[in-house]
Amino acid sequence: MITLKINGATRQFDGDPDMPLLWYLRDVAGLTGSKFGCGMGLCGACTVHQDGVAIRSCVTPVRAAAGREITTIEGLGEHPLQQAWAALNVAQCGYCQVGQIMQAASLLKTKPKPTDKDIDDAMAGNICRCGTYQRIRAAIKSAAKEQA
Amino acid sequence: MRTITNVSRRGFLRQSFGAGAFVLGARMLPIPAAAALEAAVFRPNVFVGIKSDGTVLIVAHRSEMGTSSRTSVPLILADEMEADWKRVKIEQAIGDPKYGDQDTDGSHSVRSFFPVMQECGASARTMLVEAAAKEWGVPASECKASLHQVVHTPTGKKLDYGALAASAAKLPVPDKSQLVFKKKSEYRYIGKDFPIYDLADITHGKAIFGMDAKVDGMVYASIEHSPVLGGRIKSVDNKEALAVRGVSQTVVLPDFKPPHAFQALGGVAVIADNTWAAFQGRKKLKVAWDPGDNATYTSSEYKKQLQTTARQPGKVVRNVGDVDQAFASASKTLEAEYYVPLLAHAAMEPEVAVADVRNGKCTVWAPVQNPQAVQDTVAAAIGIDKKDVICNVTLLGGGFGRKSKPDFCAEAAILSKQIGKPVKVVWTREDDIRFDYFHTVDAMYLKAGLDSHGKPSAWLQRTVFPSIDSTFALGITHGGAGELGMGFTDMPFDIPNLRAENGEAVNHVRIGWMRSVANIYHAFAICSFADECAHAAGRDPKDYLLDLIGRPRNIDLKAQGVDYPNMGPIETYPVDTGRLRNVIEIAAGKSGWGKRTLPKGHALGIAAHRSFLSYIATVVEVAVTPDGKISIPRVDTVVDAGMIVNPDRVRSQFEGAAVFGASLTLMGEITATAGKIDQSNYHNYPVARIHEAPYETRVHIVETDAPPAGVGEPGVPPFAPALCNAIFAATGKRIRELPIGKQKLV
Repeated sequence: MITLKINGATRQFDGDPDMPLLWYLRDVAGLTGSKFGCGMGLCGACTVHQDGVAIRSCVTPVRAAAGREITTIEGLGEHPLQQAWAALNVAQCGYCQVGQIMQAASLLKTKPKPTDKDIDDAMAGNICRCGTYQRIRAAIKSAAKEQA
Repeated sequence: MRTITNVSRRGFLRQSFGAGAFVLGARMLPIPAAAALEAAVFRPNVFVGIKSDGTVLIVAHRSEMGTSSRTSVPLILADEMEADWKRVKIEQAIGDPKYGDQDTDGSHSVRSFFPVMQECGASARTMLVEAAAKEWGVPASECKASLHQVVHTPTGKKLDYGALAASAAKLPVPDKSQLVFKKKSEYRYIGKDFPIYDLADITHGKAIFGMDAKVDGMVYASIEHSPVLGGRIKSVDNKEALAVRGVSQTVVLPDFKPPHAFQALGGVAVIADNTWAAFQGRKKLKVAWDPGDNATYTSSEYKKQLQTTARQPGKVVRNVGDVDQAFASASKTLEAEYYVPLLAHAAMEPEVAVADVRNGKCTVWAPVQNPQAVQDTVAAAIGIDKKDVICNVTLLGGGFGRKSKPDFCAEAAILSKQIGKPVKVVWTREDDIRFDYFHTVDAMYLKAGLDSHGKPSAWLQRTVFPSIDSTFALGITHGGAGELGMGFTDMPFDIPNLRAENGEAVNHVRIGWMRSVANIYHAFAICSFADECAHAAGRDPKDYLLDLIGRPRNIDLKAQGVDYPNMGPIETYPVDTGRLRNVIEIAAGKSGWGKRTLPKGHALGIAAHRSFLSYIATVVEVAVTPDGKISIPRVDTVVDAGMIVNPDRVRSQFEGAAVFGASLTLMGEITATAGKIDQSNYHNYPVARIHEAPYETRVHIVETDAPPAGVGEPGVPPFAPALCNAIFAATGKRIRELPIGKQKLV
């Protein structure tokens, strides 16, 4: 039995401890905001926070998340990034955007005023096939300004 | 086609919406539009309804994959109806021919349905005005619809649409000839920036994509396909797979019968109670395959075959003047060969579908571009009638053409029928890359004869590629008129002696259309070669390009004997070189062509291309470091796509097209070895990431009253040649083969 803390709630899981956190969240816990994109930690669509830091839930086994504070988009609360995303109409298809926002939220925690380089470094693991990068960058900067 | 049925209320009510299909309790899924519209008291046609509280329900019958069709098409109706967008609710249509064409493909959602949406909106508005006039006992001519109300102009009396819905429902639907449409100056929404309807749901993780579909009692499936197209199972050992916790059974899927079209590929499915278990079980399967005929297919060899073919005469598809004679008298000749490899769509959401077969019907929930094709495909796959396939369309996590091919829905249906439970088929990224309907490989050969002024007096172009038509019919060895008409036979240069030829190629993989399709390789070769000629002539590439295009005119391809489908009526959408010239001139101005001082290692390149009836010119600024690393600081794209509904969403499509273009130009390549696809995931089929994408794309929209044209695709084709032309300007290195990735620039 594994004890997980997800969005502040404690949950018990007695399934395969090697199951990636992503599939636990999606198929077991019914939290489908985090997306499946690659299964190899290459695209970032599955990004959630573990103790406040962005991780790829598709390559994080449930057992490794035991006892840690996991936050998904469903538990993020109303974040300035979501408002910036809306103000700049960032999303096209929208599939990767939760991962982008979770990654960006993690970035802003450590770098409240990120430079272009900071944004490139932090966001390079999150693919957007629709190509919304220009607006993602602008939205991160806009949210950073709001937060200041 | 493209007419709507203004079904009478009685007729509308008579229609069955297969109520039994929705008893399943589709958790986390929206109610199908038809069912939602049943709650409306006023339903003048299949696209709109008003509830008694005044909520206007508008049906989105096109799929949303990021182009904003779910917002921008209903917006046309709302505008014409004078509905308050804040009180509009969008309902997604199931697949049903009553909506007309639902194949969200070919960049035609706005262009094909602008008049239909206007007609439906005007019809509803007219009836609401009529209802108010009756209520007040005044002539309808004294009443006006204005933002969800009807106003009696002389007295200022007002009635809300909600209050009028029930009485409007009793009125006859007006004939189209009686409708009065809003003038452009009266548009409330069209031409203004609108956020997409689902934006808040997307940013909060509440939007429902196909991957998120879940119904009660559902099981999960992962399918092992033959690594070579058309391979057959020799043996299956499922013992270890069945030992995986959560795995319940394995199912052998039937082989497809050529031509494969949208049929399920066949293979072995592992069924489990969650996705991960299905994936794990599949890894433990031991399947031996007889690879079949396509095991002879190896990209490096195939490339040589295509190139050899391109060096020889092919089937003539356009011929003007006498090219051979003109070459003989040219003062200078140039030859070049271009090559573009297979490409994969690689949308962020892999293929996924839920199907539930019961009582002779099949309900599907899937991210699909063409729900009517799902109906056809599933019906054929499990032997039921098309009308008994109910296809619910979720949001699509990207499509780019891949999700108009519903093979994965057929898989889910076949499995559900066999197992007797709802089945969710989930493809891995590896499945998505290896079993794509690839954008086809192409080899091109070009030759120009320049006169003493450096202008071409002769132009020969050849294209050789396996045709998309070979996906749907056997024995196809030449390109279809549609593919050849994408930037090849409609090449716009004004050259007195011109010949276009198409060589033979046999297909070995599933190929299909991908965002802008054959325009990608044709624009790359032709716009690059134009730049080569400019440099050979010692001319500015932009000025030279304008000279090549020649005076403003409509090119009459039919008169030249070309089988040219265009993508709309040629009378409405001529091949207008004036509009092409115009976007080039604007692009030059906006980008500071020839005027802007650029840092060392930076240079500009230009290309222009008409596709999907739109005219696009793109200037790319490239930066090349001394050790040959490329970045793209800025892109200027000028768009003449006719009348625009939602400018912000047009800009976003062209911003995205630049990134899509960067991916295929810099790094995109799919290859096969002995019939097996060598790539599998984003590490070996990379797409542009934030630091590799253009830093800034400036989109300039031409204001015009021309009829609406395409937006989703036409931004892609000019990008590759504009970038490669910029690289030549920066480095002197000519790129004739994509992707650039492995080539040394300095």
